[in-house]
Amino acid sequence: MSRAGVAVEGVTGAPRGPSGWWKGWPLLPVLAFLLVLFVYPVGQLLWLSVVDRSGALTGQHFARLFASSLYVDVLLITLKISAWATAFALLGGYPVAYLLATSDARWRSRLTFWVLLPFWTSFLVRAFAWMVLLGRNGALNKLLEATGLTSAPVAVIFNLTGVLIGMTHALMPLGILTMVAVMEHIDANLPKAAATLGARGGQTFWRIYFPLSLPGAAAAGLLVFISAVGFFIIPALLGGRRETMITQIIIEQVQDLMNWAFAGAISLLLLVTALVVFYLYDRALGMSTLASGTPALDRRGGGRENPVARLSAWVGGRLIAILGWPSRPWARGVLVPVSLLILAFLAVPAFFMVPVSFTTGGFIDWPPQGFSLKWYRAYLESPQWMAATVRSVGVGVVSATLAMLIGVPAAFALARREFTGKTGALALILSPLVIPRMIIAVALFYLYARIGLVGTSLGLVLGHAVLAIPFVVVTVMAVLKNYDERLDQAASSLGANRARTLYHVTLPLIRGGLVAAFLFAFVTSFDELTIALFVTGGLTTTLPKQMWDDALLKVSPTLAAVSTVLIVFVAVTIWLAERLRQGAARA
Amino acid sequence: MVALAGADLELREGEFLTLLGPSGSGKTTLLMIVAGLIQPDGGEVWIDGQLATYAPPFKRDVGMVFQNYALFPHLSVGENIAFPLRMRRLPEATIQQEVRRVLDVVRLPDVGGRLPRALSGGQQQRIALARCMVYKPSIILMDEPLGALDKKLRDQMQLEIKQLHAELRITVLYVTHDQEEAMIMSDRICLMRDGQIEQIGTPDELYFQPRTRFAAEFLGESNVLVCEVVGVEASRVVVTAAGVRLRAPQDERLRAARRVALMVRPERLAIQEAATAGPGAEPHNRLEGSLRQVIRVSGITKYYVGLDSGQTVVASTLTGDAKTVATPGARVGLTWPPDAGILLPEAATTER
Repeated sequence: MSRAGVAVEGVTGAPRGPSGWWKGWPLLPVLAFLLVLFVYPVGQLLWLSVVDRSGALTGQHFARLFASSLYVDVLLITLKISAWATAFALLGGYPVAYLLATSDARWRSRLTFWVLLPFWTSFLVRAFAWMVLLGRNGALNKLLEATGLTSAPVAVIFNLTGVLIGMTHALMPLGILTMVAVMEHIDANLPKAAATLGARGGQTFWRIYFPLSLPGAAAAGLLVFISAVGFFIIPALLGGRRETMITQIIIEQVQDLMNWAFAGAISLLLLVTALVVFYLYDRALGMSTLASGTPALDRRGGGRENPVARLSAWVGGRLIAILGWPSRPWARGVLVPVSLLILAFLAVPAFFMVPVSFTTGGFIDWPPQGFSLKWYRAYLESPQWMAATVRSVGVGVVSATLAMLIGVPAAFALARREFTGKTGALALILSPLVIPRMIIAVALFYLYARIGLVGTSLGLVLGHAVLAIPFVVVTVMAVLKNYDERLDQAASSLGANRARTLYHVTLPLIRGGLVAAFLFAFVTSFDELTIALFVTGGLTTTLPKQMWDDALLKVSPTLAAVSTVLIVFVAVTIWLAERLRQGAARA
Repeated sequence: MVALAGADLELREGEFLTLLGPSGSGKTTLLMIVAGLIQPDGGEVWIDGQLATYAPPFKRDVGMVFQNYALFPHLSVGENIAFPLRMRRLPEATIQQEVRRVLDVVRLPDVGGRLPRALSGGQQQRIALARCMVYKPSIILMDEPLGALDKKLRDQMQLEIKQLHAELRITVLYVTHDQEEAMIMSDRICLMRDGQIEQIGTPDELYFQPRTRFAAEFLGESNVLVCEVVGVEASRVVVTAAGVRLRAPQDERLRAARRVALMVRPERLAIQEAATAGPGAEPHNRLEGSLRQVIRVSGITKYYVGLDSGQTVVASTLTGDAKTVATPGARVGLTWPPDAGILLPEAATTER
């Protein structure tokens, strides 16, 4: 039968729905990788805590954990410090996030730089900066004495104040970026609509904008709190003995006492704590608050049932009662300077390292004396420091490449295909973000100790890839979510096969996002201390590990020199990434 | 849930066929299946005598114009048009020559070096069309290609596409939900509903001989009266609507039906002051009611009349003819020749 044109006979079709799990095959490498290097070792470590040497179940480690009040107290201190730091980070971060979200594009990108700079600067560098600022002979005390406000140095370091300042500073950028992600999606016309409906000044903010932004604050609160619980750098460098946090106990058990089983028990305690927080949060607010910056309000349908909405209506009502109705120019007039002050709090401390790095003296005291390059020479001429730097860069590049190679195909499959088990697979891929990093580090150490990977670059690369994969997958998925798939369909209908579509259309269009994902992965590795803490040592050290070891002995101006180099490196990287992103947007 | 429940359709060479239907009727799904962008669960697709049911899009020799045009934002207009030729590995000289040729065809000879977003919506639309025509596919598929344009530009592009179709004798499968657009552009219209084909025919066939109430109501305006069948008299079916006897042409399909729907187009209804009787050899059908509203849409004047049964019907006349018969509230009569009525199955949904 000859047919001209087109014939369709008895065609049936359904819209795309979930199909078999095999459609998710591009996830197989990443899942296998995480099973071997994440699920298995973490499971092994937790298992250790409930068995004795013969392999029989035992509660002895947990009995010891609760025998004295020591460990419970540490847990409570950890929760207390984390809660305070979270509260301060949210309170300080909210106005900044609001300013960023409501500024025009040019100002937003300028201001965002000053949030990204501290966000990407190593916790170590930022802790050193606070030591310069807050120390007995630090800038703050010198200023107070010079102005005659105090006669003797004030103790603002090696105590709770120091830890809270450091942790708030460390966590606020994460909180701001999370809140901005939600605030960006609030329709700018809503407050205007409220104004036309008769809402005055502050009412448009407190009754409309604030309730809509609360899911962002809720998500930020959870992320910041979970991160805070796993902190050890800040409490170790800025706190005293009474501010010991739970991860520091784990380090002690592993590094000094080699007591794996007990470290496993504390890890389990930490993990359960994190999960309980997660669970309570989910019960109270719904996990949808964490999903891709969409306010929970629309996900759940009726906002009335949603506790976030109810809470925010209540809070909004209270605040209106307390604050009255400030007129808009007045509110903006306060918002801008307050936000800029908070931004200064975030961005400025690191720069105190710069003058200190040029001191001729042997201490990080303020003000630095004279001008000399000897600390840079000390850094550049030290084989130890140079080896650490080269190694950090190398491990960063290789682990980021590895994370991209297995993470990008997974992100494509997750973003574009429907298959059974997708939600579970995504949860597994993201879990290295949620499980406290210390647990992963100890688990990997235990695994590596048995297969001879301790002290090797390979061990570091694999461990860092575990941590970098979630960032790669999330970043690439976000890029693909904004990608118009019809462009690929068009290419296909115009005669391009899958490979040529990918090469000529898809990849050129998402190049900026891929570079961002790579940089994200690279910095994750470059900055990583937790895994490096156990897996490296002696001549096979990394830059953060070398800085940490040095800092535990004495914070010398060499560290200021290294920190200055790192700050410049981070600033240039952010600037480059931003240029690439804008270039990609323009093309 | 089924988006498409068994569709049969044949496109002749050089034909302009439109898939028309409300959203969710399966028209885009059918188009995507022809393009190869969705795999059908069953059935067959033939393109140019080749079985292509499961062939990937790039092996089908189809062209597709997307609603948002899907021009590659990182490539110049010229490179966008060259893309399908490069994929077919044609020599560079041929590519340049062909790109220039189609740019002339769409009357945009000077934009080759620009990026797509430097062009207006209408220009992007033409480039999308040019990118399809340049490799002379056996068929061009268009998915609501004018949906994003404003009314004036849309009217202009409708004529341009129709003219290009006539000049170049390309085969087009077109998707739209706009019945006017379908009537203006198509050789044939395939009306779709709930994943099935409701009726296929020329625009005239669909307008003058709709087979279902859905077809009657989707294309153009219509008045539908639900009636009881009384009997047959002189090759006319006699029905009663709310007690009024009406006559309509016979329809074989409805021989056994007790209740039917009588459809009359508004322009076939004549409106008169209550007392006048209809002229002509055969007595006209006649209904009475009170005039509710008179609306003038440029050349057409519409009269909305509330019947005694409570239903509202609409009659329309050319504005020039319109004598102001009555003011709203007045009692009026509506008449039409029995030939102007069409009997349809009563059910709003066809029996399946």
